[in-house]
Amino acid sequence: MDFDFSDEQKLLADQVKRFLDENCDSRVVRSVLEGEADFAEAVWQGLADLGLHGTAIPETYGGTGAGYLELCLVAQQLGAHIAPVPFASSVYLVAEALLLWGSEAQKLIWLPKLCTGEVKGALATTESLTQLRPQDVATTCSGDRLNGTKLVVSDGGIADLFVVLAQPESGSPTPALYLVTADQVQVQAVDSVDLTRNTARVTFAGASAQLLTGEGWSALQKLYDRAGVLFAFEQLGCAQAALAMAVAYAQERFAFGRAIGSFQAIKHMLADMYVAMKLAESNCYYAAWALANNSADLPLAGATARVAATQASQLCARDNIQVHGGMGFTWEFDCHLYYRRANYLALELGSLSEWEARLVDHLPLQQSA
Amino acid sequence: MDFSDTPEEAGFRAEVRTFVDEHAPHYLAPFLAKSGFGNTHTGDYDTLTEAKKWQKTKAEHGWACLMWPTQYGGRGASPMQNVIWSQEEGLYGRLSSLFIIGQGMCAPTMMAYASEAHKQRYLPKLASGEEVWCQLFSEPHGGSDLAGLRTRAQKSGDEWVINGQKIWTSGAQHSDFGILITRTDPDVAKHKGLTMFFLDMKSPGVKIVPIRQANGNSEFNEVYFDNVRIPDHQRLGEVGEGWRVSITTLMNERMAIGGSIPTGFPEIYELVQTLSLDGAPAVENPAVKSRLAGWYVKAAGLGHNASRMISALSKGEMPGPENSMGKLVAGNMMQDIAKFALDLQGQAGSLVDPEIAEGAARFQAMLLRSPAVRIEGGTDQILRNIIGERVLGLPEDLRADKGMPFNKIPTSQQDKS
Repeated sequence: MDFDFSDEQKLLADQVKRFLDENCDSRVVRSVLEGEADFAEAVWQGLADLGLHGTAIPETYGGTGAGYLELCLVAQQLGAHIAPVPFASSVYLVAEALLLWGSEAQKLIWLPKLCTGEVKGALATTESLTQLRPQDVATTCSGDRLNGTKLVVSDGGIADLFVVLAQPESGSPTPALYLVTADQVQVQAVDSVDLTRNTARVTFAGASAQLLTGEGWSALQKLYDRAGVLFAFEQLGCAQAALAMAVAYAQERFAFGRAIGSFQAIKHMLADMYVAMKLAESNCYYAAWALANNSADLPLAGATARVAATQASQLCARDNIQVHGGMGFTWEFDCHLYYRRANYLALELGSLSEWEARLVDHLPLQQSA
Repeated sequence: MDFSDTPEEAGFRAEVRTFVDEHAPHYLAPFLAKSGFGNTHTGDYDTLTEAKKWQKTKAEHGWACLMWPTQYGGRGASPMQNVIWSQEEGLYGRLSSLFIIGQGMCAPTMMAYASEAHKQRYLPKLASGEEVWCQLFSEPHGGSDLAGLRTRAQKSGDEWVINGQKIWTSGAQHSDFGILITRTDPDVAKHKGLTMFFLDMKSPGVKIVPIRQANGNSEFNEVYFDNVRIPDHQRLGEVGEGWRVSITTLMNERMAIGGSIPTGFPEIYELVQTLSLDGAPAVENPAVKSRLAGWYVKAAGLGHNASRMISALSKGEMPGPENSMGKLVAGNMMQDIAKFALDLQGQAGSLVDPEIAEGAARFQAMLLRSPAVRIEGGTDQILRNIIGERVLGLPEDLRADKGMPFNKIPTSQQDKS
C-alpha cells in the first residue's frame, strides 16, 4: 500500500499553485465578481498553455495523458484559488462525456480544441425549480432538432459546446445526451450565489443536435461518479484555503490584549474546521485512486468524497467568516468569495441530500458489526 | 498511490492467514463478534484466561508485538506488516484489549528509558501476555491538567517512598507492573518537578479499589500508595524529567488506540437495514439516509486517515499530533449514533435487557459507555487544544500557573481544607 501522491504529482501541484498564486489572486477573482469580465480569460489560457486542460486526455486527442490523480491535484488548486474559469464544465464534464461516449469523429473534432482552450464546454441538465429527475425532463429532441430551456447552466454564457440532457421524441424510456454548439442556442445571463462563475439560462429552439448517448440518465450517473471526485477536490481546495485564511487571522488579530486564536472558543472552532477538512482530504485521496484505477469502488468512494468535501467546504467557508467577526461580512474581505464558491459548488453537481442518497444506495448490503 | 499488496506483502499476508487459521481460538468467534463498547465477550469462557492463552500462542510462534525487536519478544516487523497482521487477526484482536496499555504505552517507555537488564527481564513477558502492565498517570487533581499531579516520591537511601492516589487506571486489578509518574520536587514549576518509575503492583502499600462507573460497569480503578517503596534502579529517565518521559508514553497512546476506535457505524447500518420505519426498511427513509451518509463519511475518513498514517510510517515519517482527531470524531459519532438508533425504536428503545429487546440493549450499552470515550485518554476539549496549538500553530491559552512553583499554584477552597 502507498497512500500518497508521488513526488512528480506533488511537483505538478506545486507548479499549478505557483501559476495561480501569480496569475489568479483575489484581484483577478474580483474582476469577474464585479462584472468586468465573464471569466478570467488569461488564467484560462495560461492553464491551457501549461497543458492542464488535457491532464487526463490521451495524447491522440491533444492532451498530455498524465492521468486522473494529476487532474485531482489541479482541481484542488483551482478550488483553493476560487479560479473564475469554466474548467470544471469543460474538463470534468464535457471532455469526460466525449471521452466516454463520443464517436471517434466527435472526439477528434472537440477534444484537441478543449485541450488548447479554444473551446469551452457546459453541461445543461436543470430545467425546473426542483431536484433533477429523469421523468421531468421536458426538453425534447425530434430527429436532430432540440427544443426546450435549461434554467441554470454553469458557464452557459461562455460555452462553445453544450452537452444537453433531453427526451427523444421517439419514445425512449430514458432521456438521452446530445451535443449542441453555441451558434444553435440563445443564452441569457442569470446571477447565481457565486458571481465569480458564469451562469446562464439556455434556450434551444430547433437547435441542431448530435446524439452522444441514448442511455442518457445512466450515462449522467456515471459522469457524476467521476466528476464528483474532481468537484470534491475543488471543494477540498476551497476548504483548505478558507481554513488557512481563518488561522492566519486568528494569529494576527488581537482582542482583550491577546491573539484571538488563543481563546478556546475560536481555537476549538478552527480545530473542528480542520477535522472536517482532514476527513474530506482522506476521502478525496481514496476516491482519486478509485477514479484513476476505474475501481468498482468508485461510485461509493466518489460519493463519500463529494459528501465529505461539501460538508468541509461549507463549514470552513462559514466559520472563516465567524472567526473574522464583522470584517468577515464586508465586501472588501475575501471571506465571502470562499462562502459563495463553497455554496455554489455544493449545488452545482447535484445537492448534498442527493449525494447522501447516492452514497447510501452504493453501500454494500450487509456490513457485519 | 496504490492500495494493493506488493508481492512481499501478499506473501506475508498468506503466512499470517495460515497461522490464524491454524491457531486462533475459533470457538470464541461468535462471542467476540458481539464485543464492543468497553466489553470483550467470550461467552462462558473466562476472558482473562482466554486472552492470555491467545497471546501466549502468538508469542510462541513469533506473532506477538510484531514491531518490537526480536530480542525483546517481537518480530522486528515493519508498520505495514503490523497492519496486515491486524487485518488478518480480525476478531481475535479483540482479545488483546487487556494488553494494549502495557504493550502500546508502557513498553515503548521502557524501551526508551529502562536499563538493558530491565528490558530483557520485563519486555518478553509483556509481549507474551504472561505479565500485564498498567499506566498510573491520572489523579483526582490532575486529569486534563496532568502535570498538576500530587502523588509524592521522596528519596530514602537507594529507594523512593511513594504516597498518594491515582485514578482511572484501567486493568490495575489484573496488572503485575505499572509505570508511575510522581512529583519529586514541589518547589519548582509543575512540569519540572516530576519523575517516572515502574513498580511491582504487588508491592506492600499498594491498594486497588474498583470504580463503579456511571454505566454500572467497573473497567477502571483507584490506586492508593501508602509508603510504597521503589528501588532507584526502577526510575525511568532522570529525576525531574518525568514530564518528558510521559510524552513518550502519551505519543504512543495515540498510535496504540488511534486507528482502532469503534465508531458505531457498522451497528447502525445493520440496524436500519432490518428495522421497519413507516412500513418500509428504515434505510429507505431520506432522513435516515442523510444521517447514515454523514456517519459513513466520518468512519471512512478515519479509516483512510489511519491508512495514510501507516503509509507515512512505512516511509520513515513520524505520526504527528493530527492523529488526535480519531477519538474526537469517533466518540461524538458513537454518542450520536446510539441516540438516533434508539429514537428509531420508539419507546421500546429505552429497554436494556437483550433478552427482550436486543437492538435497544445494544445501543443503550453504547449510549451509556459513549460519554467516557469523549473523556478518557484526553477530553474532546484537550484534543481540540492539541489540534489548534500543535497542528494549526495557534497560540496557547493564558495559563494562570505558568512558571509558578508547584506549591504556590492556587487551588480551590475545598482542596485546602
